[in-house]
Amino acid sequence: MNALNITKGTSSKSAYNLRSGHADLNERHTLAVLVANEPGVLARVIGLFSGRGYNIESLTVAEVDHQGHTSRITIVTSGTPQIIEQIKAQLGRIIPVYDVHDLTVEGPSVERELSLFKVSGKGEKRVEALRLADVFRANVVDSTLDSFTFEVVGSPEKIDAFAELVRPLGLSEMARTGVAALSRG
Amino acid sequence: MSGSKMVVQALIDQGVDTVFGYPGGAVLPIYDEIFQQNSIKHFLVRHEQGAVHAAEAYARSTGKPGVVLVTSGPGATNAVTGLTDALMDSIPVVVLTGQVPTFMIGSDAFQEADTVGITRPCTKHNWLVKDTDALAHTLHSAFHVASSGRPGPVLVDIPKDVQFANGTYEGPAKMKSHYQPKLKGDLEAITALVAAMEVAQKPIFYTGGGVINSGPIASQLLRELVAATNFPITSTLMGLGSYPGNGDNWLGMLGMHGLYEANMAMHDCDLMINIGARFDDRITGRLDAFSPGSTKAHIDIDASSINKVIHVDIPILGDVAHVLEDILKVWKARGRKTNSKALKTWWGEIDDWRKIRCLDYATDSKVIKPQYALERLEALTKDHDRYITTEVGQHQMWAAQYMTFNDPNRWMTSGGLGTMGYGVPASIGAQVAHPGSLVINVAGEASWLMNMQEMGTAMQYGLPVKQFILNNERLGMVRQWQELLHGERYSQSWSESLPDFVKLAEAFGAKGILCSDPADLDEAIMEMLAYDGPVIFDCLVEKHENCFPMIPSGKAHNEMLLGDAAIKGAIDASGSVLV
Repeated sequence: MNALNITKGTSSKSAYNLRSGHADLNERHTLAVLVANEPGVLARVIGLFSGRGYNIESLTVAEVDHQGHTSRITIVTSGTPQIIEQIKAQLGRIIPVYDVHDLTVEGPSVERELSLFKVSGKGEKRVEALRLADVFRANVVDSTLDSFTFEVVGSPEKIDAFAELVRPLGLSEMARTGVAALSRG
Repeated sequence: MSGSKMVVQALIDQGVDTVFGYPGGAVLPIYDEIFQQNSIKHFLVRHEQGAVHAAEAYARSTGKPGVVLVTSGPGATNAVTGLTDALMDSIPVVVLTGQVPTFMIGSDAFQEADTVGITRPCTKHNWLVKDTDALAHTLHSAFHVASSGRPGPVLVDIPKDVQFANGTYEGPAKMKSHYQPKLKGDLEAITALVAAMEVAQKPIFYTGGGVINSGPIASQLLRELVAATNFPITSTLMGLGSYPGNGDNWLGMLGMHGLYEANMAMHDCDLMINIGARFDDRITGRLDAFSPGSTKAHIDIDASSINKVIHVDIPILGDVAHVLEDILKVWKARGRKTNSKALKTWWGEIDDWRKIRCLDYATDSKVIKPQYALERLEALTKDHDRYITTEVGQHQMWAAQYMTFNDPNRWMTSGGLGTMGYGVPASIGAQVAHPGSLVINVAGEASWLMNMQEMGTAMQYGLPVKQFILNNERLGMVRQWQELLHGERYSQSWSESLPDFVKLAEAFGAKGILCSDPADLDEAIMEMLAYDGPVIFDCLVEKHENCFPMIPSGKAHNEMLLGDAAIKGAIDASGSVLV
């Protein structure tokens, strides 16, 4: 009987290779986290993501119930299905977290983001920027003789598309709020 | 009522009678209140890290949360190692820190540190109390959070002006918390597990610290379940004692330095029932080769522990005692079935593995082998009312292998964090909780030196802790890894300029005993046991002994090393990057 049964170098996988390339493909998930609106709660959430090496693609936070001292944090993250489940479980054990919803899997949801674009230019480019703004139902929230500031509200993809189109027209600055999301119905 | 009075009142109302701490500027009002009362006994440590480890051992040996009181700034930062240790091992500890007054926070005041910021990742939860009216509620919440669900350390940071100011006190009964972890497991999952138990051919219980944290009833139910089913049982380092080490179905500890039969049974089983353990990397070894053919069930109160590392087939979220009770109920109701014929064959396989006698070692008549020292310590103390603490390293693994733990709450060791310096203060915490019992810290000389200042605490309070130091003049586990991994280049792993431990003991006012001859060992241990006071026992042992069995890094449970002959080339390049 070979009691030791040692086979050498059978695998390059290590005990710690929890997030190796062999794992399933990354998925993008939008999480709604309802928390007690108390000092440090955002730091706890962000610290969890940085401490355990999870991704944050966007994050928004604001109080949604003043009486109940409740804030809503909307996080867009990505990872393998196993990591996404870990993120939800880890968020759930933060004491001031009341509830965690994975809007990506809990039925249909709507996602909206607000963005501001400053486009500087003159002549035909300026006119083209205005036409595009019309197509995207963007509002002009500020204008000078050589620039417009547009407000675009919509899905992150719509905002990406608008950014691509106005970039050659003189996009000089942009700001995005990150995604706010609600389940439908 | 003043904030500082509230602190003492809240502790009394929480049933606290023991506090480990160290005073300083930002907690003077609370220390003034402690001076003026007799309900709470305060133990003055010599370093704040020692206070937290002592409180941890107090908690682990009593099941009640340990309480620590330290000052702001350095007092709080010194507590960080203890907090992290308690977080990793799920130990309920409540740490109260002083803070500079609220109006000075953020001004880089003397002894100011962002304590809640620093301790956020190493506590289960923490609070900065800015209003005296909120203090009592926060303190009661702290005890609730520390001891509910998966236990852990919490910290309450109390600015000095909040301690001085007056506010309204409220008792624990008024404490409201939305934090109410679910204790009962899902009955459908429990039934699925029972169904799997009825047909399993090669089942095994793999238990952890969660059984001990769940209370004495959990250990009792576990024993009942094991006896009724006749399944084999192994445990992690943290779970030793939940099932008796002299019990019939006991396979010994599993994992990196676990017993051959325990690891082989884990690898070959067809039903693994994880009860309150967390598939730690010291347990699993190589993940893709971890128990490849088994159905896995996992009972845990922490949802994030389930499917974190190992995918399980039957997850059961709940408290161990509650779930075990339901398992027994369902199993009995369904007719107490097991696959006894297959079990007999399974036990036959296990008995073959046992014949390897993996804990055998080369004996020596001239030099004390560390394993021999612990065998003798075990033999001479096993009938005592005994609590064992350890430091971290080879001696810790040998203690787990060669000593027998027949009851829960008797074994205090730093598992998850692996904190050298844990054992001396832990022995003090355990002795404070159990004044009449025998408390032994099994130590290595290097770990022991890390918190040896706490011998002063032992002397001050007349705590007769026995420091049993296996002195190999090496950082033994580091040396062993250097031998296996780094071409026997022993970089910085000698303990040079060691103190004379006997004189050191005498300098503290304790008794020192030196032993270097196996023939004298029994007598020397008896002398240690007979002495009514703290003892430092300097046991000079073989310097180059390696700790076996061992699953080398990057290897599977069935690829264990059993002795020195096997170590050449045992770890390949991919294994060498692991800790």
